[in-house]
Amino acid sequence: MVTVKNSHTLVALVQDKPGVLNRISGMFRRRGFNISSLAVGRSELPDLSRMTFVVEGDDATVEQVTKQLYKLIDVVRVSDLSNEPIVAREMALIKVRATSQTRSEVMQIVDIFRANIIDVSPESLIIEVTGDEDKITSLNELLKSFGVQEVMRTGRVAMLRGAATQASPSNGTRRANTPQHYQDYEAIL
Amino acid sequence: MKLTGAQMVCECLIREGVDVVFGIPGGAILPLYQTMPEYPQIKHILVRHEQGAAMGADGYYRASGRVGVCMATSGPGATNLVTGLACAYMDSSALVAITGQVARGAIGKDAFQEVDTTGITLPVTKHNMLVMSASDVPRAIHEAFYIASTGRPGPVLVDIPKDVLNEVAEFVFPEGIDLPGYKPTMEGNPTQIKTAARLINDAKRPVVLAGHGVILSRAYDEMRDLVEKTHIPVITTLLGVSSFPETHPLSIGMPGMHGVAYASMAIDRADLVISLGARFDDRVTGRISAFAPKAKIIHIDIDPSVIGQNVRTHVPIVGDLKRVLRALNKEVKPNTHGEWLEEIEQLRQEHPSLRLGDKPKLTQQFIIKMLSDITQGKAIIVTGVGQHQMWAAQHYTFTEPNSLITSGGLGSMGFEVPAAMGAKVACPEKTVWSICGDGGFQMTMCDLATIVENKINVKFAIMNNHFLGMVRQWQHIFYKDTFYATQYTGNPDFVKLAEAFGLYALRVTDKSQVASAIQSAMAHDGPALIDFTVDPEENVYPMIPPGESIGEIMEEPASTEVKAWSR
Ligand SMILES: Cc1ncc(C[n+]2csc(CCOP(=O)(O)OP(=O)(O)O)c2C)c(N)n1
Repeated sequence: MVTVKNSHTLVALVQDKPGVLNRISGMFRRRGFNISSLAVGRSELPDLSRMTFVVEGDDATVEQVTKQLYKLIDVVRVSDLSNEPIVAREMALIKVRATSQTRSEVMQIVDIFRANIIDVSPESLIIEVTGDEDKITSLNELLKSFGVQEVMRTGRVAMLRGAATQASPSNGTRRANTPQHYQDYEAIL
Repeated sequence: MKLTGAQMVCECLIREGVDVVFGIPGGAILPLYQTMPEYPQIKHILVRHEQGAAMGADGYYRASGRVGVCMATSGPGATNLVTGLACAYMDSSALVAITGQVARGAIGKDAFQEVDTTGITLPVTKHNMLVMSASDVPRAIHEAFYIASTGRPGPVLVDIPKDVLNEVAEFVFPEGIDLPGYKPTMEGNPTQIKTAARLINDAKRPVVLAGHGVILSRAYDEMRDLVEKTHIPVITTLLGVSSFPETHPLSIGMPGMHGVAYASMAIDRADLVISLGARFDDRVTGRISAFAPKAKIIHIDIDPSVIGQNVRTHVPIVGDLKRVLRALNKEVKPNTHGEWLEEIEQLRQEHPSLRLGDKPKLTQQFIIKMLSDITQGKAIIVTGVGQHQMWAAQHYTFTEPNSLITSGGLGSMGFEVPAAMGAKVACPEKTVWSICGDGGFQMTMCDLATIVENKINVKFAIMNNHFLGMVRQWQHIFYKDTFYATQYTGNPDFVKLAEAFGLYALRVTDKSQVASAIQSAMAHDGPALIDFTVDPEENVYPMIPPGESIGEIMEEPASTEVKAWSR
């Protein structure tokens, strides 16, 4: 059995009902699972939201997370995208100190990272940056010397590359890596 | 048809086939209670504590397989249900709990008797919902019954604000169920079933580990067909006890912490463990790394999340046990395992485990054995939690399917009184004996009043050792006899107490009185109680200490056992 600790990207389609986030976060807490990020928003389907989790743990842990998610009545589908071709992005807002002396230097860094400045005041800037977690972390590191005042990160969102979708997988790959004993869940949508 | 939310609740309960509910009214749920007289088909049993309502409903479900229903008001009524819900959740009992909530406009304002009922019960229910409009009531109740009783059963709570109960709306009972996130898998995967059959056909030393799932799925006959065809011995977990007749030659008994040594030893030597609706609880496995070290594991369960949760699994099969076993039985070949059964029989001879003891003192083992003989192993036995529970599982010879009702997962003391009440309400034609600890009994004995009031003919056997016996045993074994806060020096006179409630009651202090007392309690037409004054120092053996393996089993009391009982 593989017991390598890893971070896994899970995407869940959940019913848009009051309390659903609480059910999910409560389950993670009481079962002692570690999530390093969680992002949630409406999906393309009516009354369904999509959540992306980044879960820390070995394969057995992630299998348990998946099963425990399925056990919640409001969770319609869970996909482990860890071994799939995906695009994954995170967005962050970073408020950094920038005076007339340092502003241009900050702006250069922002350019290099293809980030945007979305608010300017005499003492500070707000920078919007999108990318993978490493990119955001590096930018944040670089900005530290100027004085980072506030950071807001959305957490990872992820999607399968190509035509395949979570609701209707067009290639067999994801089905194949779904543990056999709960493949039955796959025929839901 | 225009109805109030309260009328809709009753209409739905009737459509779900409910004939009895256990509960206590209060402000927030009063509109429902004021409507109940319009629906005399539903009998309401007024309990004395809401824990009794939840556990009564639990006992009702376990005995009959029909969803148990309990009701409580908001705030303290709802919080009093919590232990009962947790117990039902751990042991997969189908319950629907209906709670009143403060009016919609008052929610979140710390109103009188407001608690976040759905928040509090979230981790101890299979699902719960707060119904925010009367027109949603029928769908909520229908879904609650569906979710509670299908898949792996469990409790579902429906919280309804007072003004929703009063609100009038068009009553439309839902045609079907629309829950895209809830589709329990019923049929096992055919390829997996073939793989399992191959392992079973090839095994030299297989055992079946039968859990609660066999009872919940009513798969007794299918399991019996499997093991009789393949000649495989059956080991039953605590909640699997009575899934297989204990008089059957293939019946081995219970493994684990207080199971028989030879059952745990058989698992230790087995080359294949076929788990049927069991979840490898730590009381069964002990130290996981030393559990069934030579065995491959086939794990069949309707709940995918218990597969791979505690032990590594070679062949996982998700599905309803009855259906999976029917398919599996077609694939397995007839077989015999004479040598293997011989070996287990040898172990049984060498490690008899079930000591009745020839002490002159009155022991619980002796009483339970006598009860087993007199009722011919056919009574429904309900227990509390502790030593008496383990002795009941060990020494009663269960011959009828689904005849042990006990709090296994949560291990909640106080289960013995209300669950026995619920079981008898569900199965009035059966003899129901509640084997009680003097500790657990005192947690819920208030419902003796409910039992008398509703003429519920339960027989109680209090194993009165004047101790929180199981804790005393742990203090003896693991804490060098530091007996602290486990002795009762001021127990009430249970005979007088029972008489005050209106039960027929007797006291037994000597072995010679046991049989006649049991017989006269059974001859009495109504609830009865026997206060057995038992040896306070007796400990439950065998015992595998928590987190240990069969290698560390204590089969007999250590010779150094010191006297704990000081007067
Ligand atoms: C509600 C609850 N509180 C505490 C415990 C811890 N506990 C486990 S067994 C036990 C002793 C039970 O005493 P009694 O009911 O007299 O039964 P005995 O062990 O003596 O047979 C206790 C306190 C529990 N299981 N449940």
